[in-house]
Parts: sequence; structure tokens; C-alpha cells
Amino acid sequence: MSNGNAQGVAISVRDLAKRFGEVEAVRGVSFEVASGEVFGFLGPNGAGKSTTISMLCTLAKPTSGAATVAGYDIVRDRDNVRRHIGLVFQDQTLDGHLTARHNLQLHAELYGIPRRLVEPRMRQVLQMVGLWERRDGVVRTFSGGMRRRLEIARGLMHSPRVLFLDEPTVGLDPQTRRSIWTYIRELQELEQITIFMTTHYMDEAEWCDRIAIMDHGELVALDRPDALKAGIGTDRITIHSDNEIATIAALKSRFDIDGTIHDGAVTFGVTDGDSFLPILFRDFGLPIRSVSVSRPNLDDVFMSFTGTRIRDVDEHAATITARQAVGALR
Amino acid sequence: MKAATTTVPPAQTPAGVRPDGIELVRVSVPQRTAGSELRAIRIVWRRELIRFRSDPIRIVTWLVQPFLFLFVLGEGLSHIASAGTHGVPLKSFIYPGVLCMAVMFTAMFSAASFVWDREFGFLREMMVAPVSRSSIILGKCLGGATVAALQGLIVLAIAGAAHVPYHPLMLLGAFGIQLLLAFTITAMGMAIAVRIKQMQSFMGLTQLIMLPMFFLSGALFPASGLPAWLNVLTRLDPMSYAVDPMRKLVFANLKHVNPIAKSILVPGLNWWSYHIPSGIEVGVVAAIGVVMMSIAVIGFNRAE
Repeated sequence: MSNGNAQGVAISVRDLAKRFGEVEAVRGVSFEVASGEVFGFLGPNGAGKSTTISMLCTLAKPTSGAATVAGYDIVRDRDNVRRHIGLVFQDQTLDGHLTARHNLQLHAELYGIPRRLVEPRMRQVLQMVGLWERRDGVVRTFSGGMRRRLEIARGLMHSPRVLFLDEPTVGLDPQTRRSIWTYIRELQELEQITIFMTTHYMDEAEWCDRIAIMDHGELVALDRPDALKAGIGTDRITIHSDNEIATIAALKSRFDIDGTIHDGAVTFGVTDGDSFLPILFRDFGLPIRSVSVSRPNLDDVFMSFTGTRIRDVDEHAATITARQAVGALR
Repeated sequence: MKAATTTVPPAQTPAGVRPDGIELVRVSVPQRTAGSELRAIRIVWRRELIRFRSDPIRIVTWLVQPFLFLFVLGEGLSHIASAGTHGVPLKSFIYPGVLCMAVMFTAMFSAASFVWDREFGFLREMMVAPVSRSSIILGKCLGGATVAALQGLIVLAIAGAAHVPYHPLMLLGAFGIQLLLAFTITAMGMAIAVRIKQMQSFMGLTQLIMLPMFFLSGALFPASGLPAWLNVLTRLDPMSYAVDPMRKLVFANLKHVNPIAKSILVPGLNWWSYHIPSGIEVGVVAAIGVVMMSIAVIGFNRAE
């Protein structure tokens, strides 16, 4: 039951689903996140990540299914969930007219943090994200990276057990993204909290202890990043040829390999790419324009589970949103 | 002596110091209580004040309108109005209306901050906090009311320019009505703001409501001898119930007003044959405020 003492399990989700009218945004997902884990939630835009996070943060009610966060039920025990979670949203939620200090003080007051602890705690979280010197600066004047760090500091202000980060690095340059990640890992160790974060940058998933991949409202994969990569064959081989269909057929008949066509090339996974190449050249029998071998990244993982590359889905999602926007304007 | 030395540090004291000098402090969020709700209401209220203070231009811009009405309209029309005011300066007559108007516009636009908060995302920070939504609305209403009343205070300070003597009790009473009206109008604005996503829509809608509300309130003309349809609308206008007691209050302190002038200029409001006393009028304003705030809370609770 919801007693808030669930040691070991920070988040437990069972058949969670959310429907907006006709659209099934989340179609019954189940997973568990262990205490102290950095859990990555991946997927293209519109896959249902943000909706899932909204439900776990008690901002949206699930249509069906159940979940507990920090041991509390997200529907029946909303207040207790809120007391134990910190949130960093995709969009900025700071008050730009106030100083960094005022923003944190406001947070402390809203959460009822004991008054004598507000100053020392504020000092700690600001030092952790390297903003203590800028505490009296008006937030409007901060750079994007500084604001994100301040949001993370604010999310930690009340010592939450679980910190939710919804696309914490979106819109930031690669260097700032890397530094945000360094902060996140440090904070996780220092504060010993569970981190649940979403991203659609595949390279960032490598920072996570475990990742779940979501597509079309369903979980399509859940494992450690290296296990996921191993699961699709160690290496990726990409063949450019004049006839992709024939290439696929030849791969199937000669090597019993299932290739997929993408961007005018055929790709497939093998355990050891370097030693496979000579065999390929010897037995393939069809003309090849070029061949490349690459170590798999999580983009490949995503592709092997969903059949599309993440950026394609993004483009598709972008078209849909653009269409919706036009529709809304009418 | 024993007891003094064995002070056990409470659970929420610093948890240690890191090598780089960062002192580790753990806190915990207490259960929701009436006290924590009060703290939340207070900080939401204070935020409105901090933001008001940091925006001096707003203070000036919202003062332009009442000053225009009082000095330009009050002076410009005084000559043609002189036949009907029975020796009372037109400025003194419309001054109570201007006192109400000064808080009305600011109060309504204080509620606009809610729409800004939604647009700029800050609303979510408040929505995920372990506080009730009623507290957020109440804090916002009180904040808007305070800001608007401060504005009204400036108009109150220039009573002399409208030939209205500075009588302490009158000033106190007038400020009280301003405060109450400010609260009610902010609540009204909030009831709209919680249901609206875009600033433009909010501005358009409130403009649509406010000008008729202002003109029908009797701020610029006495609510007597009006055609029947106008009479009905005047009684339906919440502002009327603030302007009328305000005018009664101001006229009670005006010197040399003959009874005939008073009966024409301050006829009072009535429901059919019942003449409404000031106390009831003020009560009506307060009741509308409470109802509006409840409508705002319901709307906010419904929004997921």
C-alpha cells in the first residue's frame, strides 16, 4: 500500500494509459524504476513520453492503470507524491522578473520548507549548479544553460526523492548539454535521488543506467544501454547498391540476414562486422557501390525496434503539429 | 546541567560538508496544513507586490486614465454641466466614480498576470506544488487587490484637486470600498483568466466587459431619471454597488451642498421600491467577489 517507505523501488507503473478523446497517447505501459537509478525515457516527439511524465507528476489523471511514485499512489495520494518529487519541465517555468534567489525562496515557501533551512539549502543547491555567485541576478538576463541549471537547482530545493527531468537539454548547444549531464550525474550521487528523465537525443541515453524506449504510446524496449546495443548485434553494416530489393533478397538467401532499407541503403546487424566483410564480398554475388561498418548507437537500437530513425519520426511529428497549428488558427 | 549538554541535533540539520566546501543540507516537505496553505497564499500575494514594485511604468500608465477623466472631462464638461449640478463642481461629482475606476482597471489587469503565468510557464511551478489551488487563487486575488488599492490610494490623495476635503473617516471609508472593489474585480478577472489561454483573448474580453461596466455604474452620471432599460442594466452592474456608497460617502463630507442638489446627484440605488442602504451595497460587492473567486477556483480545479 501507499506508505511512502517502499525501499528499493522509486517508481512503479502498471498498465498506465491515457486517452485524449480519440487519441490514445499512452497505451498501457508497465515498468519499475529502482531507487537511485538514472532512468532514461526515450522516444520521438509525440510518442507519449511527456504524457507519461505528466501522469507520474500528478499533473494529468490516467485513464486507466496505476502507478506509485516514492511509494505513493499518483491518483489517491497526490499531495504526498508532490511532496517527494522535483520537476524540471521542457519549457521554462521560472519567473523571469525575479532574481534567482527570489525564485528559490518562492519555491521554498510553496513547499513549506522549514524557514531556518531555506538559506543553507538554497546556498547548497546554487553552489551545486554553479550559480551561487549569480544569486541576485534577474533571471531574465540569464542564458539558456544558466536558466536550466537554475531550474534543476529549484527542483532539488526541497530534497525530493525522485527528480523528473522532461527534456532537460532540449534547445541547448552540445557543450552546455554535456555540462548539464555532468551536473545531473553529480547531483544524483550527492543527493542520492532517483532521476527519471526524457530525451529524444539518442547520445544522451548513454548517461542513463537504464533506458526505456517508447513509440506510439507503447514501450518497445527496456534495458541497460549496452544490453540494448548488444541485443541488435554488435555492429551495423550499411550497403549501398543499385538494387536494394535484390540486396535484401540476397542477404536473406545467402546469409539468412534480415536487412532493412533506409535512405536508399540497406542496413543490418552482425556480431563482428570486420570479419563479416570478407565473407560478404566472397559470397554476395551482386554489385555493391559501397559498404560501411559502424558500432551501434542507440539510434540504431531505436531503429531496430521501431523501424524508423528518430529524426524521421520527429519530422513526421513536426508536420503533424504544423498542420494542427494551422488548423487551430482557422 | 546534564540536559543542557545533550542537545541532539534535529533530523534536518546539515548532513555534512563536501571537500569543495559545499555544505550539505537536507530538508523535508511537511504535510499540508492550514499553516502551509497560509504560507503559500502569502508568497503568491507577495510575488504580485514584488513584481508591481519592479515595474514603475505600470504604476504611471494605469494612473493616466483616472486623471484624464477627472481633469480633462471634469474640467471640460463643467461649463455645460453647471446647469444640472446645482453649484456642485462637476469634478467633485465624478470624483467618487474616478476613485472606483482607478482600482477597477488595475484590478482587472492584475488578473491578467495569471494568463502571463500560464504563457510563460510559471503557473506549472505553482500547480505542481503541494498546495491547494484555492490558495493560489486566493493569493492572486489578494495580490491583485493590494496592487490596485495602492493605485487607488494615489487618486485618493488628490481629493483636494476635486474640491473634496480631506476628512480622515471619509478617506478610510473610501479606501475600504476601494480595497473591496479591487478584490471583487480581480476575482472577476481571475474567473475569466483561468479559462483563457492567450493574453490577446483575455485583453479583448475584459475590454468588452469593463467599459460597459464603467459607464453603466453611474460613475459619470446620477442613476436617476434614466430610461427603464438603462435603469435595469445599472442595477445589474456590480460596479454600481461600489460607486453609489462611495458617492454617498464623499457627498456627506462636501460643504455647501443644498438638499435639492443632493437628492438629484445622489439619488441612491433601489431594487423596486426598496432603497438600498450603503451597508447592503457593500455587502453585494463582497458577495460578488466571493462568488467570482469560487467560479475561478472551480475553473482552475477543472483544468488538468
